Amino acid sequence: MTNVLEVRDLGINFGGLRAVDGLNLDIEENQLYGLIGPNGAGKTTVFNMLTGVYEPTDGTIKLNGQLLNGKKAHEIARLGISRTFQNIRLFKDMTVLENVLISLDTQADYGLFTGILKLPKFHAQEKAMEEEAMSLLSVFHLEGDAHKLAKNLPYGKQRELEIVRALGTHPKLLLLDEPAAGMNPQETQELMDTIETVRKQFNIAVLLIEHDMKLVMGICEKITVLNYGTMLACGTPDEIKSNPDVIKAYLGE
Amino acid sequence: MSAFNQFLMQLINGLNIGSIYALIALGYTMVYGIAKLINFAHGDIIMVGAYISLVLLGTGLPWWLVCLLTIIACAVLGVVMEKVAYKPLRKASRISLLITAIGISYLLENLFQLIFTANPKPYPGFITLPPIVLGSITISSNYYITFIVSVTLMIILNLFVQKTNMGKAMRAVSEDEGAARLMGINVDTTISLTFAIGSALAAIAGILYSNCYSPINPTMGSLPGIKAFIAAVLGGIGSIPGAVLGAFILGMVEAMTKAYISSQFLDSIVFTILILMLILKPAGILGRNVKEKV
Repeated sequence: MTNVLEVRDLGINFGGLRAVDGLNLDIEENQLYGLIGPNGAGKTTVFNMLTGVYEPTDGTIKLNGQLLNGKKAHEIARLGISRTFQNIRLFKDMTVLENVLISLDTQADYGLFTGILKLPKFHAQEKAMEEEAMSLLSVFHLEGDAHKLAKNLPYGKQRELEIVRALGTHPKLLLLDEPAAGMNPQETQELMDTIETVRKQFNIAVLLIEHDMKLVMGICEKITVLNYGTMLACGTPDEIKSNPDVIKAYLGE
Repeated sequence: MSAFNQFLMQLINGLNIGSIYALIALGYTMVYGIAKLINFAHGDIIMVGAYISLVLLGTGLPWWLVCLLTIIACAVLGVVMEKVAYKPLRKASRISLLITAIGISYLLENLFQLIFTANPKPYPGFITLPPIVLGSITISSNYYITFIVSVTLMIILNLFVQKTNMGKAMRAVSEDEGAARLMGINVDTTISLTFAIGSALAAIAGILYSNCYSPINPTMGSLPGIKAFIAAVLGGIGSIPGAVLGAFILGMVEAMTKAYISSQFLDSIVFTILILMLILKPAGILGRNVKEKV
């Protein structure tokens, strides 16, 4: 199996603080990978480095063998890493459909003038994009809400819409930052089923940050545990569960 | 002239000045929406547009080419202004940006004073059509051309922002720049485009304004600029329909004040409206509620 994502010795300093240090990650195609750790362990910082929000101080990030260091966030998004946010960051005053079209648009290959002049190619592509957006929405049963404003959706649906929007950039790797935050056990279970479906249907790798241990252990194939910015353990859920360092970090001695 | 006719004339005056304010206010509001910057140099683009078109007219080019070249020149000026002066400060505090904008404004005014001197220059009313006669009132072509051109541009702009992918990108950036970036939107291009569009509209406003109110001088842009800024605040800064609404309200208030109250109090009444608005409803008539969830 080839690796979609290869991270080597990744580290970042914020002033004098070493937020992440010596992180290695290998994510295989179509793998569901968990990134866990106590609060403040640096999980979201890792996401921010992978997506180009922060420039790593050292180490390398490769997507399908292509070096991502120094690339801008929008370039990385177009190359195939997409994400959701811990605190929902939808375009709230735009419709559900428009939120998805935004990310699909960045994949479109017509230029500005075709768009302004409304040439036939634009129309054909526009229609195709709208159909694709609707079919993406239907994966989450959101097609009925397509013309509502994003801010008027209930919380759970907003979280799902963020995933749909992220899928719109045609990612090879999808980063989910605590997708189940604020959901009840039943919603969480449904979400996990959907993530599984999405992974199979779109053939993408998923890197997941999550606090819900049961959930992470239940669906992830491989897990990396971060603690104070360093890698504490890496392995299958069973290996992680029995790792004494992990138990110590989570439960204390 | 009967009282009713006079009222109609003032209405037309109000629509005329309102549409010019609207063209300028759109630039203010779009730039604010995207870059969170009150671009105080925006008003001076009107003046630059007026002078560039005056010089080009002197070369004997046809009127449409003069307009086109003026629009392009001002759009380029807007983009350069953003790249040189504002982009390096994007992470700086808002007050630094504001002061820079005022600095750019003075720079442009003084630069043009240096080149063209401070003396007013007559501006040939080069876009003329036969006046429209409605009963006992005559509407000169300046008035209806300004109104038609402005309204057409507003409709096109609205379609652009609502329907095209660039327009959607602009709205996305104005809502959440970070999230937009992570969805693959090139934020720098989007900001440049916004400055280009805003400045192009200001150039058109400059040509139309000079057509109605010759002569022109290097500080001619500052007062309409500030009025348009008030219009944008009145309508709700960041909101495109808000800017248009605010501009037409302001135009009407000005026309009616001039006719029925006193032209000397004109500016003080307009600024009083700004102050009242900021006290009573700082988000503006159509502005987004600024309350944030905690």
